[in-house]
Amino acid sequence: MSEEKIKIEVRNLNLFYGTFQALRDISLQIPEKRITAIIGPSGCGKSSFLRTLNRLHDLIPGAVVKGEVILDGRNIYTDSVDVVELRKRVGMVFQRPCAFPMSVYDNVAYGPRLHGVRRKRQLDEIVEKSLKMANLWEEVKDRLHERAQNLSGGQQQRLVIARVLAVNPEVILMDEPASALDPISTARLEELIIELKKNYTIVIVTHNLQQAARVSDYTAFLLNGELVEVGRTQEIFVNPKDKRTEDYITGRFG
Amino acid sequence: MRKEIDAFLTAIVVMGSLLVVGILIAIVTQVVVLGLPEISWEFLATEAAAGGKTGGILNSIVATLLITFIGILIAAPLGVGSAVYLEEYSTSNRLNGIITMSVETMAGIPSIVYGLFGLVFFVIMLGWGWSILAGGCTLALMALPLIMRTSQEAIRAVSNEYRENSMALGASREQTLFRLVLPAAFPGILSGIVLSVGRIAGETAAVLLTAGSALGIPRSLFDTARPLPVHLYILASEGISMSKAYGTALVLIVLVLVFNFCVYRLRKILS
Repeated sequence: MSEEKIKIEVRNLNLFYGTFQALRDISLQIPEKRITAIIGPSGCGKSSFLRTLNRLHDLIPGAVVKGEVILDGRNIYTDSVDVVELRKRVGMVFQRPCAFPMSVYDNVAYGPRLHGVRRKRQLDEIVEKSLKMANLWEEVKDRLHERAQNLSGGQQQRLVIARVLAVNPEVILMDEPASALDPISTARLEELIIELKKNYTIVIVTHNLQQAARVSDYTAFLLNGELVEVGRTQEIFVNPKDKRTEDYITGRFG
Repeated sequence: MRKEIDAFLTAIVVMGSLLVVGILIAIVTQVVVLGLPEISWEFLATEAAAGGKTGGILNSIVATLLITFIGILIAAPLGVGSAVYLEEYSTSNRLNGIITMSVETMAGIPSIVYGLFGLVFFVIMLGWGWSILAGGCTLALMALPLIMRTSQEAIRAVSNEYRENSMALGASREQTLFRLVLPAAFPGILSGIVLSVGRIAGETAAVLLTAGSALGIPRSLFDTARPLPVHLYILASEGISMSKAYGTALVLIVLVLVFNFCVYRLRKILS
C-alpha cells in the first residue's frame, strides 16, 4: 500500500475483555478514501476490532485497549482526545438497521442537533444532502415526517447511513451492514458503499466473502484475534500468502 | 382422549374469560343503574350538606382531583428518576437488588398501613394535620412502586442498539437518555402513571387517615377534605344515602375513565 495515503494506522493493538484477550497485537494501515474489508470466521474479533476505531469499547465495563490507533497522525487512545469529536469523525453503521423511533427527518437531524445545529434552514439542507448521498432521497422526500420505522429494512439501513453522513464524518465503519438485508437491498447498499468511497474512508466487516471481493480495495483476514494477512483484495483472494487465508477463502473452514 | 382433554381445557379457559367479563359487566351495570338517577347538574356542582344526605359532591370531586394530582406530581418524577438511575447508571447489582426488593415489598403493603404511616409521619410528626398535602404525599408513596416498576420495564425495553447508535454519533450518555431513551420509553412510562392514577384516585383507607373526612371545598393544601372514595365509604357504611353512594361511585369511575381516555388520545397524538 505504499502509494496510498494512510488515514488510520493501527499499531500493536490488543483488546481484553476482563481476562479474555479478543485481539492480539494487530498492526495494519487503512488507506484514505478506500474500502478496507475485515474478514474472518465468527468470533475472530472482526467486530471488536472495528469498535476499537471509534472507541466504542469505552462503553463496555471491563474492556481494555492497549496499543495505538493513529488517526491522521494522532493516537486516539490518549487522554486529550475528545471522544465526541472522534465519533463525529469516525461514524459507524451497525449490523441491524436501527432507525430511531421518530420521523425520517428527525433521524437524520439527530446527529447535527446533538452537535448544536439549530437553524431550520441549515437542518433542512443537511437532511436533504445526506439522504441524497445515501441514495434514499427520491424514496422518502414525500414522507420525511412519517415514522422511520415504517421504512423497509434496506431503506432503514440507508437511512442509518444518511444519519451517519449528516454529522460529516471522514471515516465510516460498517459492521456487517448487509447481513439483515435481502439480496436486492444488499446490492443497492453495496453500490452505495462503492459510491461513498469517493469522499470517505470505509472499513467494512463482513462474513460474506463475495461481498468483500466485490466492494473492497483492501482486505484483512483475522483469525482468533490475530491478523493473519492484509493486502490488496485481489491478491488476498487470488494469491494469498498464508495457508490459513487460503483455507478460509476456499471454504475449508469458517 | 387427547381430544377430550383439549375440549375440556378449552371450555375451562373460555368459561374463565366469560366469568371475568361477566363480573365486570355486572359491577358496572349495578353502579350505572343505581347511580345514574342521582346524577344531575346539582349533584355535580354543589357541595355536600347534612353529612352528605343532601346536596352534591363538588367538594369531594375537588378533593379527589387535588389529592391525586399532588400524589402523581410527587411520585412521577421520583419514580421515573429512580428507574432511570437503576437502569442507566447504577452498576452495582447488589444495590439494584436491594432497591428492587424494597420496591416489590412496598407494592405489597396494604393501603391501611400506608395510611398509618402517613398519619404518624405527615399528619402528626410534620404537623401538617389532616390535609390535602398529607393525603397526597401518602398516595405518592403508594403510587411510587408501580410507577417505578413500569418505568424500569419501559426503559429496559428500549433496545441497546439505540444507545450504541446514538453514542456512535457522538452523543453523551445524558443526550442519549433525554433525546432517545426517554422519548422511546415514554408510552410505557405514561401507562404506569395512568395505572397509578386509577389506583390512588380510588384509594380510601390511606386518605381517610391522612386527609380526614371533613366536608367543604378545600381552599389550601393544608385544608382537610373528603375525597370521593372516602365520601362513598361514609355514605354507605353509615347508611346515610345508598343512592348518593352509587352516584358517587359512578362519578369516580367516569372520572378515572375520562382521564385514561385523555391520556390514550394524548399518546396517539404524540406517536
